[in-house]
Amino acid sequence: MGFKTDYARVHGSGAAGEGSHHWWSQRVTSVALIPLTLLFIFPFGRALGGGHEAFVATYSNLWHALVAVLFIIATFSHLQQGLQTVIEDYVPNKTQRTAALLANTLLCWAVGVAGVLSVATVLFSA
Amino acid sequence: MVQLTLPKNSQMRTGKTWPKPEGAKNLRKFQIYRWNPDDGENPRVDTYFVDMDSCGPMILDALIKIKSEIDPTLTFRRSCREGICGSCAMNIDGGNKLACIFGMDEVKGDIKIYPLPHMPVVKDLVPDLTHFYAQHASIKPWLETTTNTPAKEWKQSIEDREKLDGLYECVMCACCSTSCPSYWWNGDRYLGPAALLHAYRWLIDSRDEATGERLDDLHDPFKLYRCHTIMNCAKTCPKGLNPAKAISEIKKMMVERVL
Repeated sequence: MGFKTDYARVHGSGAAGEGSHHWWSQRVTSVALIPLTLLFIFPFGRALGGGHEAFVATYSNLWHALVAVLFIIATFSHLQQGLQTVIEDYVPNKTQRTAALLANTLLCWAVGVAGVLSVATVLFSA
Repeated sequence: MVQLTLPKNSQMRTGKTWPKPEGAKNLRKFQIYRWNPDDGENPRVDTYFVDMDSCGPMILDALIKIKSEIDPTLTFRRSCREGICGSCAMNIDGGNKLACIFGMDEVKGDIKIYPLPHMPVVKDLVPDLTHFYAQHASIKPWLETTTNTPAKEWKQSIEDREKLDGLYECVMCACCSTSCPSYWWNGDRYLGPAALLHAYRWLIDSRDEATGERLDDLHDPFKLYRCHTIMNCAKTCPKGLNPAKAISEIKKMMVERVL
C-alpha cells in the first residue's frame, strides 16, 4: 500500500528507452524466415532419407551451408525474441521472470550456436 | 503464472431471485453481478425480472427501472444516457458496452451484466478506474508547445485536423482497456489501448511541439509494446474507434525515428 500517488505508480521509473529495436528485429526475422525456410526445407528434406552421407553431400555445398546457417540464426533469434515476449506477458513474478528470461536467452544461444557449428563442421571437413 | 482462477473471496455465488413485477406479461430476465464491500460476503449474481412493456429499449433503461422499482441498492454509474460521458461502461452479454446505447434487442435470452473485467470493484457494477485515469494523465493529454503562444490561435489545416478523426471521439469509458488480455496481465505497467489512443491523438496533432518527448516517454517494453494487436479493443469500442491501429501507428513512428 503506502501513500504513493496513482500518478507516481503509473510513471514508475519512467520509460526504459527500449522496445522498438526488439519489435523491429522480430519483424525483420519473420520476413527473412519466409524465403529462408523455403530454401532450407527442400534440400534438408531431400537429405533426410539418405542418412549421414546425404547430409555431408548437401552441406559441403557452400550455398546450402550458407542457407542453413542463415536459417538457424534467423530462427533462433526469432525464437528468443518471441519467447521473451511470452515470458514478459505471462510471468508476473519478478524472480521467475528473470530466471525464465535468462534461461531463454542462454538456451536459444546454445542451441543456435551448436547448429551453426554443426553446419560449419560438415562444410569445412568435406 | 497468470491468475486464471478467482481468489476464494472473489468467487461468485448464486444470489437472490427478486419477485416478478405483478401483472406483467412481457418479462425479461436479468442476471446481475452484486458485491457490497461492507457486508464481508462473496460476490453474487442476483436475478431480476423486468416488464418490457413499460421499459425503454436500452440496457440502462432496464437498470434504472430495476433500481427505482425493484431494488434501490443496485449500484452503477450513469450520467448522460446517450453515449457521450462513458460512465455506464459494463460487461453485458459477455462484451464491454455502454449500457445507455446498447439495446436489449441485441441480446438473445437472459441478459447477464457484470462490471468491467479485471478491475477492482468498488461496489456492484462500479469498477475502480483510478489507475486507468492516472495512465491517461501520464501521457500528458494536452497541447505541449515551446513557441510563444500566438495572439489569436494555433492554426491547423483542414487536412491536419482530419488526422484527429477517429481519435478525438474517445470518451474514456475503459471498455477497450478492460477487454485487453495484455492489460489484464500487465495493466500495472502497460498503458492500455485507451491511454495509447490518446497518446497517438497528441502525437499526430500538427500543433503539438513535443512529439519527440512523447515518443521518448512511450519507448518502453511495457508501456507500449505489450500490445500484440489482439484487436479486442477495436471490437468492443462502443464509439467504433480503433485503438489497435493507433498503437501500431505509434510503433511505426518509433521505428521511423531509427530508419
